[in-house]
Amino acid sequence: MKVSVDWLAELTGLELDGNDLAKRFTSAGLEVDEVVPAGAALDGVVVAEIVSAEPHPDAERLQLCQVNAGGDELVQIVCGAPNARKGLKAPLATIGGVLPGGMKIKRAKLRGVESFGMLCSARELELSEDTAGLMELPGDAPVGQSLYDYLTLNDEILTLELTPNRSDCLGMYGLARECAALHENRWEAPEAPAIAAEIDDTLPIVLNAPDGCPRYVGRVIREVDASQPSPLWIQERLRRNGVRSISAVVDITNYVLLELGQPMHAFDLNHLAGGIDVRWAAEGEQMTLLDGSEITMNPRHLLITDGTKPVALAGIMGGQGSMVSDDTKEVFLESAWFAPPAIMGRARDLGMATDAAHRFERGIDPSIQSLAIERATELILKICGGKPGPLCLAESSKHLPQPQTVTLRQQRLNALVGIDIPTDRVTAILHDLGMLVEKTDAGWRVTPPAARMDLAIEEDMIEEVVRVFGFDHIPAKRPGGHLRPEPIPEHILAQSRIRDRLSDSGYREAVTYSFVDRNLLKPFGWDEAVIALANPISQDMDVMRPSLVPGLLQALRHNIQHQQQRVRLFELGATFDAKGEGTQRVAAICYGSVAPEQWGAAARMVDFFDSKGDLEALLALTATGAEDRFEPVDHAWLHPGQAAAVYRNGERLGWVGALHPSLLQALDIEGQVYAFEMDLQRLQQRNLPVYQAYSRYPSTRRDLSLLVPEAVTAAQLQQAINNQGGAELKSALVFDVYDGPGVEKGYKSLAIGLILQKDSSTLTDSEADAFVSALLEELRAQLGVTLRG
Amino acid sequence: MQAGELEQIVASAQEQINQCDELKALDDLRVSFLGKKGVLTLQLRNLGNVPADQRRAAGQAINQAKQAVEAALIARKEALAEAALAERLKNERVDVTLPGRGSNNGSLHLVTRTMDRMVEIFTRLGFGVATGPEIEHDEYNFEALNFPPHHPARAMHDTFYFPDGRLLRTHTSPVQVRVMREQQPPVRIIAPGRVYRSDSDQTHTPMFHQLEGLLVDENVSFADLKGILQTFVNSFFEREVPIRLRPSYFPFTEPSAEVDIAWEKADGSTSWLEVLGCGMVHPNVLNGCNIDSERYTGYAFGMGVERMAMLRYGVNDLRQFFENDVRFLGQFA
Repeated sequence: MKVSVDWLAELTGLELDGNDLAKRFTSAGLEVDEVVPAGAALDGVVVAEIVSAEPHPDAERLQLCQVNAGGDELVQIVCGAPNARKGLKAPLATIGGVLPGGMKIKRAKLRGVESFGMLCSARELELSEDTAGLMELPGDAPVGQSLYDYLTLNDEILTLELTPNRSDCLGMYGLARECAALHENRWEAPEAPAIAAEIDDTLPIVLNAPDGCPRYVGRVIREVDASQPSPLWIQERLRRNGVRSISAVVDITNYVLLELGQPMHAFDLNHLAGGIDVRWAAEGEQMTLLDGSEITMNPRHLLITDGTKPVALAGIMGGQGSMVSDDTKEVFLESAWFAPPAIMGRARDLGMATDAAHRFERGIDPSIQSLAIERATELILKICGGKPGPLCLAESSKHLPQPQTVTLRQQRLNALVGIDIPTDRVTAILHDLGMLVEKTDAGWRVTPPAARMDLAIEEDMIEEVVRVFGFDHIPAKRPGGHLRPEPIPEHILAQSRIRDRLSDSGYREAVTYSFVDRNLLKPFGWDEAVIALANPISQDMDVMRPSLVPGLLQALRHNIQHQQQRVRLFELGATFDAKGEGTQRVAAICYGSVAPEQWGAAARMVDFFDSKGDLEALLALTATGAEDRFEPVDHAWLHPGQAAAVYRNGERLGWVGALHPSLLQALDIEGQVYAFEMDLQRLQQRNLPVYQAYSRYPSTRRDLSLLVPEAVTAAQLQQAINNQGGAELKSALVFDVYDGPGVEKGYKSLAIGLILQKDSSTLTDSEADAFVSALLEELRAQLGVTLRG
Repeated sequence: MQAGELEQIVASAQEQINQCDELKALDDLRVSFLGKKGVLTLQLRNLGNVPADQRRAAGQAINQAKQAVEAALIARKEALAEAALAERLKNERVDVTLPGRGSNNGSLHLVTRTMDRMVEIFTRLGFGVATGPEIEHDEYNFEALNFPPHHPARAMHDTFYFPDGRLLRTHTSPVQVRVMREQQPPVRIIAPGRVYRSDSDQTHTPMFHQLEGLLVDENVSFADLKGILQTFVNSFFEREVPIRLRPSYFPFTEPSAEVDIAWEKADGSTSWLEVLGCGMVHPNVLNGCNIDSERYTGYAFGMGVERMAMLRYGVNDLRQFFENDVRFLGQFA
């Protein structure tokens, strides 16, 4: 919201400086975004009068004007503006003058005729967006005066970022109250004008929705001349407060809006069929708004009707056809109080944002509706003339908010703030803020002004006191508190350990968006079982990710496109199922060579076992007492021959594998990508290690080269060995795999190293031999495995 | 035996030993002089032929000769070993300036790095870590935090909704409610995590990270809030950084404040930069969680993790955080 500092100074009688005021407002909670001058310097631009305007001899669209700029001689100006005419007063940029854009005015020849300056439009002076011809100055503007002085442009404009609770500051009266309080003054509103009726005309008003509209004030004014533009001083105030000038009557209602904060509406009386009826809309009821949009309503919408049709969507926007126009002679003014709950959300639901809705949603001062009518009438009579009728007022007082008297306890105030604020200071602050203050033994009884609808409880008053007292004056206390030692859950491995382990394996941690493009999930076959946002920010972020891998692949693609040949990424984060249930997961992808290019190591591309190895390193972090199993698995997104589901103690943790070549092709990624994704919380679960005594006797190693049928997996072989193992088998490791020449077709060769040991004595050779032959016998019987000859 | 004969043997042995340049040959020499059939061994064996009165002297002379040869053998052996070692070391020389093998470190994301730092500071200050779901109910994200339905304050949060009315949490504050509904004061937690707002431009991404703090206890004051924030900021930036609290508005705190830090820019000038929002927990929030707001007061604060990271590490484009370009990721190992 934009605010003229001059206007505030005029209302408060204070000498104000824009930057100082900005500081005071900001430190009291009214954040000022910027302070800018009300206008450019306009060097050499003066008020001038066109004394004569003749057609240019050689150019149809140019005129030759003799202009009085206050000097001894008239100035000849060639001008192309259609509204340049004899008798018009307009700004003249004289030779040597500078326009806001930096353009310097020089003598010029236009189509053979000399021109000694430039008559200006408001746009050229950055005083308006309008392009329509010369800026027309009032007839009484003093010729020769600098335009800057004439328009009192020596003003500053503050841009305020108001928080939603401070609707009182959406008007100059509210800001004046605040501004005065921040200068340790109490502001009193100017005396309200009371306009005497000159005619008896009224319009009946019925409040059929008193909960939504408990007060409606109106007035009929006849014989109004609405065709004149509003005076320059109103236009300038509107401009400085960020409102465009439209026409006199509309400008006046907007002026009162800025001044008091009361949105108003001016109807053309002749377009109202009868009296005003404020009611809830019927289901499916329709109307066309001022901006031409057609809306369909329901009983949540509050309507202003004329008994036959809706004429305004209450508190949001007027209807088409009933608004004042330049031809309007009879006006009906509206000033109503709508309860915030009756307006909240309606404009947003209709995809609209209007200034009126913004104000009514936040709550306007419930005491100023009549004042606003009187003020607007006063200005209309002054500017447009007319004959006013009496005030038409309908209200349901029990539905109107009543000022809340709040008890503020001094002890509570000081305890919550953390220091003792002097009693007198508290009283003065509350008083200056326009409150009714009564000192009691324990503190104060405070009644806020009607405009302060945000003040209802003790904490509200504490906040008022503190923000004016100044947050800077509250000391910072050293942190303290009791010790509350809590058990540290050791059965859950810290996520940081998992991050560190992956990072130490060369993976870089990524953070990808939690929403992804549904189309990205199609090649995975995941595009259906997802939860979609109702209002995604864009179509490529429309569903919640069911897995971390698609996002990582997008990141991979980005990096490949930026010349990276070796990429390892991981992420920890939430994934979501179709019901929106979240599961924390960890995923990692690797691509390219197994290690960065190096003089001393042969280059090799990553393969399944690199990825699996990195996963096993993670599993090992919480493997105590757990049994992990990898089982071949068939998933649409994985290579059918290089994919495994991972189980721990029979419970699925996730998967590891090569991504399916068709998937990568669909994602436009060349080369092979290996990935795994695990349930993070399950992976983090671990058992406390329990000390196991170890044998003090030497161990024996026996290596067996086994001929294993192709269909038998290493895990099956291992399982069979373990089953047979007993106490003496400490471990069995695969140290070679071979299926080349010399191995019978349909078989592969696996070399197993057995570590054998006894706990109570040294294992003898014959015991080891016996163990091996029993084992071989068992493997042959179970799996058809034999010793390689 | 001639007296000079032994001396000749020793001299010849020493000469041969000193000329010998490999261990095998040296051992052969040892055998030829001192072995079972060695020259000197034979001399000893022939001692019986020496007249008895000379036998003692002759024995001594032979033993001396043996010792001399043995000493020469040992000396030569050591010299050879030394030379061999020197040769080996010479051959094993490498260019130590070549890069080592297997340097293959990854990196942690800057958000993680920053968040870890923040969490560590607060856990040292006695805060526990709490979490909550990212898909939230309106109840937790808004209603219980004193945002009535359709309230304009909700417009400060551009919210992502799901068709069933649930939403992506717009802040980490719902964790406050989740914790306080489970636990009576004292409550002393932080809640780091992802949050979402439908906003995307140079300074906004639709997803970002926040860290929420909540402390509810007896006699908690605004001065305590100021103290914890100043302590945090100083600790995070490892120096005294002035902070400024400005009154603001959040439905779930009162009084509410925004916090600016005095930030020195590259040109040496200082400006106030907004880094977090905070306030005293609103009594409606406490009461809604069945916490007696007369007995207990508390403060809450929330800050953007990316914001703090940008200040600490000089990142100037928020969007880079989620582009996952390894040239970015790799800078914060």
